[in-house]
This record gives sequence, structure tokens and C-alpha cells, in this order.
Amino acid sequence: MKTYKTIRTALRALSRNPMRATLTTLGIIIGVASVIVMIEIGKGSATAIQRTILNMGANNLLIHPGTAASGGVSFGAGSVMTLTPKDCEAILRECPAVRHAVPEVQARTQVIYGNQNWVPMQINGTTPAYLDVRGWTPLAMGEMFSDLDVRNASKVCVLGQTVVRELFGGETPVGKEVRINNVSFRVLGVLSPKGANMMGRDQDDIILAPWTTIKYRVTGSPLTDVNQSSAASDTSSAVNTLSKLYPNEKLVLYPEPSAAQAANTPLPVRFTNVDHILASAVSDAEIPLAIQQITRLLRERHRILPNQPDDFNIRDMTEMTRTLASTSLLMTNLLLSVALISLVVGGVGIMNIMLVSVTERTREIGLRMAVGGRGRDILIHFLVEAIALCLAGGAVGILVGCTGSYLVTIILGWPTETSLPAIVLSVIVSASVGIIFGFYPAWKASRLDPIEALRYE
Amino acid sequence: MELIELQNICKTYHLGELEVPVLKGISLSVKQGELVALMGASGSGKSTLMNILGCLDHPTSGRYWLEGREVSGLSADERAFLRNRTIGFVFQNFNLLPRTSALDNVMIPLCYTSEELTDHEARERAVSLLTRVGLAGRFHHEPSQLSGGQQQRVAIARALINMPTMLLADEPTGNLDTHTSAEVMRLFQELNRDDGITILIVTHNPEVARYAGRVIGISDGVLAEGEPLQHAQNSVS
Repeated sequence: MKTYKTIRTALRALSRNPMRATLTTLGIIIGVASVIVMIEIGKGSATAIQRTILNMGANNLLIHPGTAASGGVSFGAGSVMTLTPKDCEAILRECPAVRHAVPEVQARTQVIYGNQNWVPMQINGTTPAYLDVRGWTPLAMGEMFSDLDVRNASKVCVLGQTVVRELFGGETPVGKEVRINNVSFRVLGVLSPKGANMMGRDQDDIILAPWTTIKYRVTGSPLTDVNQSSAASDTSSAVNTLSKLYPNEKLVLYPEPSAAQAANTPLPVRFTNVDHILASAVSDAEIPLAIQQITRLLRERHRILPNQPDDFNIRDMTEMTRTLASTSLLMTNLLLSVALISLVVGGVGIMNIMLVSVTERTREIGLRMAVGGRGRDILIHFLVEAIALCLAGGAVGILVGCTGSYLVTIILGWPTETSLPAIVLSVIVSASVGIIFGFYPAWKASRLDPIEALRYE
Repeated sequence: MELIELQNICKTYHLGELEVPVLKGISLSVKQGELVALMGASGSGKSTLMNILGCLDHPTSGRYWLEGREVSGLSADERAFLRNRTIGFVFQNFNLLPRTSALDNVMIPLCYTSEELTDHEARERAVSLLTRVGLAGRFHHEPSQLSGGQQQRVAIARALINMPTMLLADEPTGNLDTHTSAEVMRLFQELNRDDGITILIVTHNPEVARYAGRVIGISDGVLAEGEPLQHAQNSVS
């Protein structure tokens, strides 16, 4: 009850000098407001930067098939065909840390339009989700092929900017037909420009098509091929035959194994294989989890015994992820230091005014002590004044800060993000600034000798 | 009944190496309901004595009973409590809070009272005290809008708000003209006579001392008790 009275007295004392109270809180108002504006602008920019880096594929995971070795001679990564489209679907279905997963079938061959020809860096057979994995939406023109096109092995494709420039010059490519390895493809759309990747490779030099079409009609790897290394020499010099224009029927090469056999032996090389699987994690933080989940799933699907090595490799973009993490860390630290500085300045302002106030009101303190105020009451009185100033400043600062960052978004068009932690933080900090910086003047006041305080001129 | 009983009170100030004895063995008793003037020239130690009587300070040696209770050894908080409940202070320079209404000024000591008073009760008490000291209708005036005499009346009302047994007035008329001084002194006499409040007035002005029922002289840290100044009593009544 007594404390409550002291608090009320302190608030009344503040209202006796509204001008000074306002000016004192100004420091905190500016401090808190700038913290909020800085954090919100900073968070907005950090998110924008992170999104940009993510668009470069920082959360991408590339799953390669494993290594074939024969008689101690290794054929290098990707020399066995162990990944299937079914693996891709299973990853998408069973790994919660994976957002997208698409198969990739690659070809490198000539593309012809009219009297122009070009060999794109990449001819990728994939599914429509490829664009989501690479962060490549929206298209510059036209549309992406659909899942139905994938299922039907439709002869449709989407071209990258470089390919368009090389083949079409000024013409509109959408709706035209290009020939890839003598198979005619209708151009459905044009990708937006992406430029070179971090290694300097032109990412626009690309053609996307349904993987089924690329696999069965373009690379035409016949389903009888068992080993890619032997097939590779085959495709490079392969003469196009009419039979390759249509998907072959699936041949059964081996007798079906029994369930017990299947569980005990590694699956033989699958015939509908894909070159890679490209997956993207839900967020950059979930990449290790995604790798773990994919590894477990693929080992299970490929029936790899616990002591056997994986028949696949998963690669992440460690370099880019590290850049991402260090960028956001840098941003956070920068903002934190700015926030601290402005709040300390505001706090010192409060302490300054409170000290002046204690000196100026020495007689009042003396009187309050003479009429029965204990040192503790005086301490609480001045502490409450300081905290009330800080909290009021904090509240106004939040309003000003939120309005400020809103105006920044509207007028300057900078990205900002409302941040609840920033608001909570600034309230906590302004209250603690009040306590810390208000304590010294209040303590000084409470230690005054009433006799001298009453005589103070 | 003895309200105040001082026994051989000494107070020595230390100024560096130097010891300055201000009070040199003062023994004194004041009965309930007396109006006492404490007279002395400046530097005689009367203010120091006043501070000790008001429990603002404690003596270097000697004993002090207030209402039969030994108070010279109390802690700071206990003395604060005592000041709040038992003693009312009136100062030469009034010590009213600026930019605060007379009513709020009077209610200041109630902030430090553990007694449970509703806002309404506190207000009523302050209103009746201000009326009592003749300031009805000036409840919402700020000190700057009141004359010196009126300000001192507000201060007296403030001293009375916790119904103390004793009022300590330190040069209450020091800042007032002769006419207003007389009014304030008459108010003290009334309070003493009608409410039985013990009043101690510290002054160096013999005119003021005439209103007292008993004058205690102090000079050089020792007492020189004199007789009640009869003619002052007569001139008032």
C-alpha cells in the first residue's frame, strides 16, 4: 500500500514538470524508435539478401549416383545408375525436411531451329517443380510444361535466354518447333535470365524438357543399357533410329527375386534411372536434417546393408550456406551494436536529467524525509520516476518506430519486416535502462541528510 | 506528563581533525500541552537542538525520551516513522512543493503513513485542516499564488495532517512581516490552547517569544531558562 502511494506520488511529481519529462523521454523515444526502425529495415534487407542467396540455390541438395568400380578401377562419381524417378518421388513424400525434389536427366547435343544450330551447355530432362527448386519462377514468356507432359513424354520444352538468342535472334520462340537430336520439340516458354552462376557458368544456356522425353527420345539410352560408361560412348556417336523416337517397352532382364532375396541383396542396377536428383531443403537451417533423412530413405530403398557404403552421394552448397549464415550473423551484430549505442545514449540522457532533478529538488527530498519518508521511499520514488519516463519513452518510441519503418517502406520502398522481438526487446531494454540509469540518482537522493537537504539553497 | 525529556544531551561535530562541540550537556523537559519558545542567537546551537528534538539527528551522547520512549538510539527508519506520526514540522522557508496545489501539499505526509486512508478521507482531512488555518476556498491555489502568511498556514496544515502530539517550528516567522507574524503566532496559540498540541518554536526574535508560555534560552550550547513573558500573554488575551 505504501509502495503504491509512493508510485502515485512519483507520477504526480513527474506531471508537475511535463516539459522536462517530455524532453527527458525524447532520448529514449529516439533510441527505441531507431532500434525498431533499424531492426525492421535490417530484418527486411536480411530477408531480401537471404532470398537472393536462396535463389542462387543455397538450400539445394544434389544427389548423385554412386561410384562403379571394377577390379580396383573406379569409374568416378555417377558411374552407376542407382537413382530412379521413384527415389525422387519417395524423397518428396517421406522426407519432411525436403521441400522439392526433381529428377534430372542430362543430354548434350545439337539443337536446330531453321538454319541456326547451337549446342546448349545443359539439356535437362526434369519435372515442372525444377523451377521451384532453382527459384526460377516466373518465366519470362509462355509457360512451363506440366506433369502430364512428363507422364506422356510430350515433345515440349522451355528455353533459356542464351539459347533463344542463339537460335531465334529477334523472333518470338514460343510456339515454334526446335529439333533436339532430330526430335522435334515445341517451345512452350522462355526462362527468365539468371546469368552466370558462382563458377562463371552461363545458367541461361539451358533447355528444360520433361525427363521422360529427354531420356527416352533424345539421349535414347536404350533400356538394355546396363552401365552408363558403356552407354556413354554409344550416345555420343549414336545414329538416330526411328525406334528411339518412341519409349521402349520395359524388358524384364532378370527373374523376379523372392521377397527374402530382395531384402538381402542390393537391387541390381535399375533400368529407369535418372542422372541426378535435385532437392531443396525447407530452409537453409534444415539442410543437415534433409541430408540425413534422404540418406536413410535411399539406403532403405536401395536395400543397402548397414556395413555397406552408400551407392549415392549427396552434395550441398556448403559455400553458399556459409555465406548465408555469415551474412545474417553480420546483419544481426551490426543492428545489435547500433541498438545498444542509441539506447545507452538515451539512458545516459535519463541519468543526466534525473541527477539534475535530484539536485534541484534537494529541498523537496529533505521535506519528504522530514515528514516521514524513509530512504527506501525516496529511492523508490525517484526510481519510479526514471522507470516511468523510460517506459513512456519506450511506448512512444515503439509507435514512432513502427510508423517510421512503415513510412520507409512506403516512401523509400525499402523492404521492412515487422519484428515482434524488436518491440519486446526495446520495451525490456528501456525498462532496464530506466532501472540502471535511474538507480544512481535515486540512490544519491535516498542518501541525502534531511537536515542539509532542508537547508539546501 | 513529560512529553520531552532531555538528559545531558551533547552534540559534537567533526570538521576534519577539529572537534566542534555545539551542545554541551543540555537537560530539559517539556510537558504535554506547553507552548515553548527556544531562544538564542545564531550559532548558539538552537537549530542543532531542534534537529535532535525533531529526530532528524541523534545526539553524540545523552538520552532523549519522547512520550516516555527512549529515542536517541533509534535507526533512521524508526526515526522516520516517529517523525511521520508524532512530530509536525514548520520551516522558515515553508518548503512547499512548487506547482502543487495547497491541498496536495497538505497531503504529502500521508504518502508515508502506513495508516489506511482512502483518497476521500485524506482529502476531507486536508480540507478541514486548511479551513481550520483559515484557507477555506484556496485549496487549489499553488504556492506561487499565495502570500507568505498563507503559505506558512498551508505548511502548518501540512504539519498537522497526521495529528502529531508536537509541532516543531523553526523560525516560523522568519520570512514574514510583523503583521503576518502575529497572525501565524496567534494561530499557534490557538492550536496549543484548543487542541492541546505541544508546540516548540525556535526563534531569535523576542517579539515571537512573547507568545510562548515558557521561554528557554540557549546560548553557547547550554540552557538559560527564563520566566514566561507575562505581558505578551496579556497582550494577546
